Amino acid sequence: MKLVLSVLAIIVLALVPWVGVSTMGLHTVFGVVLPYLAIAIFLVGFVWRILDWARSPVPFRIPTTCGQQKSHSWIKQDKVENPHSFWSTVGRMLLEVLFFRSLFRNTKAGIKDGPRLVYDSSKWLWALGMAFHYSFLVVFLRHFKYFAEPTPDWVLGLQWVDNFFQVGLPVIYLTDVLLIGAVSLLFIRRLWSPQVRYISLASDYFPLLLILGVAVSGVWMRYFAKTDILAVKQLGTGLISFSPVGADVLSGIGAVFFIHLFLVCCLFIYFPFSKLMHLGGVFLSPTRNLANNSRMKRHINPWNPEVKVHTYDEYEEEFRDVMKAAGLPVEKE
Amino acid sequence: MAKTPKPNELIQIDLTPPSRDWEDPTVEFRPGTWNYAADPETLKYLDLPNPRKWQVSDEDWQLPENWQQIIMEGFKDRLQRFRSFKVFMDVCVRCGACADKCHYYIGSGDPKNMPVLRAELLRSVYRNDFTAMGKVFGKMAGGRELTVDVLKEWFYYFYQCTECRRCSVFCPYGIDTAEITMMAREMMNLIGLSIEWILTPASNCFRTGNHLGIQPHGFADSIEFAVEELEEVTGVKVDAPMNKKGAEILFVAPSADYFASPHYYTLLGYLALFHEIGLDYTWSSYASEGGNFGLFHSNEMMKRLNSKIYAEAKRLGVKWILGGECGHMWRVLNQYMDTMNGPADFLEVPKSPITGTVFENARSTKMVHVTEFTSDLIKHGKLKLDPSRNDHWRVTFHDSCNPARAMGLFEEPRYVIKNVANNFFEMPENTIREQTFCCGSGAGLGTDENMEMRMRGGLPRANAVKYVHDKHDVNVLCCICAIDKATLPPLLEYWVPGVEVCGIHELLGNALVMKGENDRSTDLRGTPIAEEADPTEEAVGESGTTKEGAKDE
Repeated sequence: MKLVLSVLAIIVLALVPWVGVSTMGLHTVFGVVLPYLAIAIFLVGFVWRILDWARSPVPFRIPTTCGQQKSHSWIKQDKVENPHSFWSTVGRMLLEVLFFRSLFRNTKAGIKDGPRLVYDSSKWLWALGMAFHYSFLVVFLRHFKYFAEPTPDWVLGLQWVDNFFQVGLPVIYLTDVLLIGAVSLLFIRRLWSPQVRYISLASDYFPLLLILGVAVSGVWMRYFAKTDILAVKQLGTGLISFSPVGADVLSGIGAVFFIHLFLVCCLFIYFPFSKLMHLGGVFLSPTRNLANNSRMKRHINPWNPEVKVHTYDEYEEEFRDVMKAAGLPVEKE
Repeated sequence: MAKTPKPNELIQIDLTPPSRDWEDPTVEFRPGTWNYAADPETLKYLDLPNPRKWQVSDEDWQLPENWQQIIMEGFKDRLQRFRSFKVFMDVCVRCGACADKCHYYIGSGDPKNMPVLRAELLRSVYRNDFTAMGKVFGKMAGGRELTVDVLKEWFYYFYQCTECRRCSVFCPYGIDTAEITMMAREMMNLIGLSIEWILTPASNCFRTGNHLGIQPHGFADSIEFAVEELEEVTGVKVDAPMNKKGAEILFVAPSADYFASPHYYTLLGYLALFHEIGLDYTWSSYASEGGNFGLFHSNEMMKRLNSKIYAEAKRLGVKWILGGECGHMWRVLNQYMDTMNGPADFLEVPKSPITGTVFENARSTKMVHVTEFTSDLIKHGKLKLDPSRNDHWRVTFHDSCNPARAMGLFEEPRYVIKNVANNFFEMPENTIREQTFCCGSGAGLGTDENMEMRMRGGLPRANAVKYVHDKHDVNVLCCICAIDKATLPPLLEYWVPGVEVCGIHELLGNALVMKGENDRSTDLRGTPIAEEADPTEEAVGESGTTKEGAKDE
């Protein structure tokens, strides 16, 4: 049901611009208005979500320590897995954000005869996650060529690396293959693994399918349904310089492009309201971004509550006689 | 009391989830898998809201009329006070990396014991009531209304989490189920849903200074009794000062150390050690508990109980505080105490009076872990040790959850063990250090009525012990946690008969050569110490013939 809903949603989303452009001629709406709107919602939404998280304080220092603490000079501290200083915490965060350190630890538990519990190394999720995120990043960055004239050197460099194997015509980008492959495998994993399928919600299938839709429509344009690249570049540079092109240029671009662009807009709009916000959230996770130094340095809880305690005086008042009988010293005789 | 299934029945675990949707709330409160409700009198004593008589197995939990409103307000309040909670409600991508990292899931196969789904029990309500997506798309966006059945599910599964934080080690966003469980328990407390095994110790601790409710004279008696017992074993009469003003150090240990077994032998170890190095220290009857069951209840309760330690240090005028072997106690001391009840500006930066070592890592909190203290003594050659007195033990070490994952205390205890015992074997690497498995009974769940879940939750730990027991004839599991010492013996009895449980300072006490001691023919347990190990006996060790030999009482 959750899966069916997500698939249906993607089909509908792909049909909307098709109908809008080819039968209603709404090129400007889909080519100019929606992209501006989507970017605006994304930026405002993203910033708002981050601020909203940041508005809640961090009352306690609760890092999850995954290595030796700092103690004696003769015991080697694991600075990355158990940082006590600002810079080693930055190091831990970089490993987490750039290399998915924690996911790299992944194991798969099983029960064998004996009974014997085994924990096999399981790096598949990590590998797919890395392939997906990095290829998506490169694909995203490559698109800057549509927004700047002449195309910046770093984008050309990126393309050169991405074209390294010189296979196919037009030459196939490595990241296109990686992105579609990784997203598809991540999607299949969700259906294949009974546990993961059990925990999956529509909001887990939907973004995967949306990204797959974006990638497939993009690849389709590059390799199969040739699109007027010059017109697209005019659109891009026009959008970024706030002087969007007119309907004459837009009407020369094929419908597949508008499907691609519309799905991208959907992704931008959906982003701040969804689990995709893990992009921002990972930086704010208190179990990772705090140093384990709470015995070295006092941290303040801004709402540290007044609580009712049982004072020593109240305690002695209740137990004075037995304390004296037991030979324990008391404050008041 | 429910009859616990036999190990061969219990091991029939199917990790395949059912075909039904998890979002339909269904809980069967099967005997052996839940804990008794708290007594209303205890709630009243602690000024907690909505006290009433109810029991988990009742159909009607006598909820206050506006219970949903109370929970929703509590939810909102906590989202505003804890960034952890808010971020963890939002960022999970349900990748499933945490799923098989939970000891309760591995041992029960119940899919709602996957950390991700445990959190989803809250998240579904959060989405429904606090997010734009949930408000617009409701069920389609994974939202669930808070119904009585959902609440019962919360109760069942948030009292099937030991807050061990193993899942958070593997989560790519560091989502910590302990944090989520704490929030859920706090919210349930608001409508008077608490469990007996957490609240009674908390109220005892509030009143008498310790979880067991031992009054000052009882405390003094048991320490004095331990002094006598130690003299019988070692021939040395030690001094154990109590409530002594002007001592240099306040020593705080979990109360089980002076009232339960096998904790007790660790107490004998502390007493022997402090005497031997001539430490100027004191026990306190008022702060006679290092553990803190408030941690398993609410941050406020944790603060109320923890306040005694600094208050007593101040009253007695000590310079710094030394803490004994206890797991969750050290979570509180390392991550919460200074923030909650500090600043401890009336104390001095801890400095070992024996070696002169300054404990820089405790510069602000002024509280040192006893294995940090002891490892420093050994490193500086201040102790005369005869590790052969532990030759009847083949030792493995269980990293207790909190010193491991909320502190990173890995090498200090190992250094001590390796210096006091000759036969030390590590369990498999995926089951120790930061990946250590919980005893299955932490966070207030170590009750008899919950025995089946405890045996299930403890399976991964016990199974790793079994591995070293079979391979290296390990016959003792050493640990630095009072809950471990209380709950691992029945667990090992169930899954790995023939393995005992001990503390590090018990082993240290055995090995410690004291001035004026007798021939030390027995260890601290009164078990005769084996003669020089016979090499031929060692050779047949693999077949298991020697493992029971030396230590039968």
